[in-house]
Amino acid sequence: MATRKDERSKVEFLAESEDILDDLNQHLIQLEGTAGSGDVDPDIVNAIFRGVHSLKGLSGMMGYDGISSLSHRLESLLDALRMGRIGITKDVTSTIFSALNRVKELSEEISRSGSERSDSAEVSAQIDAVLAGGHAAEKKSIIDELAIDKALVAVLTEYEEHRLKENIKARNNIFLVKARFDLSTFDKDLTALNDRLKAMGEIISTLPSSGMSPDSGIEFNLMVGTRETGDRIKEEVEGPRVEVTEIGYRAEEKKAEAEAPTLRSLSKTVRVDISRLDRLMNIVGELVLSKTMIAQISKEMREVQGFTGLAVDLHKASRTLERKLGELQEGVIEVRMVPIGQIFTRLTQAVKKYAGDVGKDIELEALGEDTELDKLMVEDMSDPLMHLIRNSLDHGIEPAEERARRGKPAKGHIKLNAFPKGNRVVITVEDDGAGIDHEKLKRVAVEKGLVEKADNLTRREMLELIFMPGFSTSEKVSEVSGRGVGMDVVKRNVSKLSGMIDIETEIGKGTKFTITLPITLAIIKALIVDVSVETFAVPLSSVLESLMITKDKISTIEKREVITLRGETLPLVWLDRVFGLPKAEEGDFIYVVVVGLAERRLGLVVDRLIGQQEIVIKSIGDKLKGIPGIAGATELGDNEVVLVLDVESLIDEATQRRG
Amino acid sequence: MAKTVLIVEDSRAMRGLIRATVEQMPGFATVEAGSGFDALKTLPTHSFDLIITDINMPDINGLELISFVKGHPQYKDIPLIVVSTERSEEDKKRGLALGASGYIVKPFKGDELQELVKKVLGK
Repeated sequence: MATRKDERSKVEFLAESEDILDDLNQHLIQLEGTAGSGDVDPDIVNAIFRGVHSLKGLSGMMGYDGISSLSHRLESLLDALRMGRIGITKDVTSTIFSALNRVKELSEEISRSGSERSDSAEVSAQIDAVLAGGHAAEKKSIIDELAIDKALVAVLTEYEEHRLKENIKARNNIFLVKARFDLSTFDKDLTALNDRLKAMGEIISTLPSSGMSPDSGIEFNLMVGTRETGDRIKEEVEGPRVEVTEIGYRAEEKKAEAEAPTLRSLSKTVRVDISRLDRLMNIVGELVLSKTMIAQISKEMREVQGFTGLAVDLHKASRTLERKLGELQEGVIEVRMVPIGQIFTRLTQAVKKYAGDVGKDIELEALGEDTELDKLMVEDMSDPLMHLIRNSLDHGIEPAEERARRGKPAKGHIKLNAFPKGNRVVITVEDDGAGIDHEKLKRVAVEKGLVEKADNLTRREMLELIFMPGFSTSEKVSEVSGRGVGMDVVKRNVSKLSGMIDIETEIGKGTKFTITLPITLAIIKALIVDVSVETFAVPLSSVLESLMITKDKISTIEKREVITLRGETLPLVWLDRVFGLPKAEEGDFIYVVVVGLAERRLGLVVDRLIGQQEIVIKSIGDKLKGIPGIAGATELGDNEVVLVLDVESLIDEATQRRG
Repeated sequence: MAKTVLIVEDSRAMRGLIRATVEQMPGFATVEAGSGFDALKTLPTHSFDLIITDINMPDINGLELISFVKGHPQYKDIPLIVVSTERSEEDKKRGLALGASGYIVKPFKGDELQELVKKVLGK
């Protein structure tokens, strides 16, 4: 047996331990980079473990007890780390660095004088301290949850078994990839296969076997843990000599949490400041612009050189980019979505209190709490909804005696509901109160000078009067209805969110307000149009259709220009006039973008339809905020800033100008 | 008759030590493999009488190697000795369960290994 006095052994030891230390330091630096982020590569931890393990064995054989016992302690630390018994913190990584430095110093002493001189009490104590902070490994075997052949588990080392358990805990998909290779090239081929698999997940173990015909090749059974689907894995690696099978989970319902007690936080949520999400959203918006530009370039390239060479590559890459960006966008939007139930609860509390204040007995029902909306939109709806409910409380629900007289239950009933409809969300506030008296409406409107004559108004238009500033049918402004918060503010808030508000009412029965909102404001599809010298964006969610008509189709009814669209009258609005823009050259055709909802429709006359595009609506700042007809601004591809139309207010203005 | 021993161990210095220990015994020759993969490539090249293997190795671990050898019609009769550490009791047990004929725990003394080799080869 080689003795420690053997010079050659000493030189070999020093050389190999220096190599190991270098690798360890590099790995440790990599590890430190990921500490605390929760996304640590288990292979790095394991590589460090194995390095220290080798160091220990080697120094032990050589009789260098100082390094050997220090390595032994360090190995315990690394083992605890790779088995998940302690977490990777700055404390841990700096302790490991100190220990490695100590080993280096001891090696230098051996090199200079042939033996170790100093002791490592301090570092050893440090390691012990870190180890003491860990917790016991779990006893329960989670592997039983997997429908896996025990024979496959039997060949796993303790560490590999731990990795399998971690994958099971994370509910990853477990696959067996069986690959056959030639004896002469298997290491190269297997490495290539490994690389492909590692890009998609973790290779838990690699089991070689001679298979059916030992002379012609060698077979490997790779156990892979991944979040990808079976189809994806098969797509990537399956072939004539590669077979993929999924190992399924036993239990039908996947258990949500691991059962062993753990020091890890049980909360699976993160609190995020909404401004960070806004920032993410902006970045995604800019990416969307870039993507559009790239798609454009790709298209032009194809036009120039046909579907050959780089044009093909660019096209493919552009498609992938588009797909992935779409996923990213959805992901970010999803992060911003919160259930509207968040404000429903607040509203319910407030209502109970106010009901008491006005002495009315109210039952408030809230449905559809799980319906999700962009967080900011949910917040912005809080006040308008509160006002609508207060309104019901004040004007809608009758005092108890009157309700009794009308044969209604003593408790007034107000119902809040929210549900998705296509790519919008509908919120309704409904009461079983007195309903709105049209005649009273008309009277008040005329009294307040809001309209000249009320006789020609349709039912709908009468109801719209409620939303006009300065309108209020109550003789006194009650404490509850508040000052400065009229229905007009409600409407303005709703239209700022590119939404619409509708009202249905029946005298004696009740009133229902319906608010329709796009699910998210952040990135929306818009129709880009040219009007005179300006370009505008019209939110696609408001667009019903676009038409090209000849000027002779326009008729004039009561000084308003309209066209007939499928039997219905559609009022037209010339956007250049609305915004005071110079009149453009007129051809024989005009383009009309029909916007609105149900009966409230309007035809916007524009000069050119440019196309559809996804845009990020940005606020236009306080100075420009109050401008009717404008919801915000956005940036198109070539740094061109265009204004985004506020369809709801345009429709308002058009209908109000009639009366 | 000369006995050929395959040493599978990823630490070069460790391999050297084991080699030196085995070759000290008269009539023994050794072949080295630095990894599980290496072992798989080396197995067909000689007629081995014994395999000494470490457990923790990068590409395929010692347990998987034992399973491969024991499942291969050509190599299944070659005895295996597992080199393990006192930490991995589990791994040592699994090695034996898979068919290893003996184990030795690092760090060990040279004569310990020699005794074990002789015992396993039935001398």
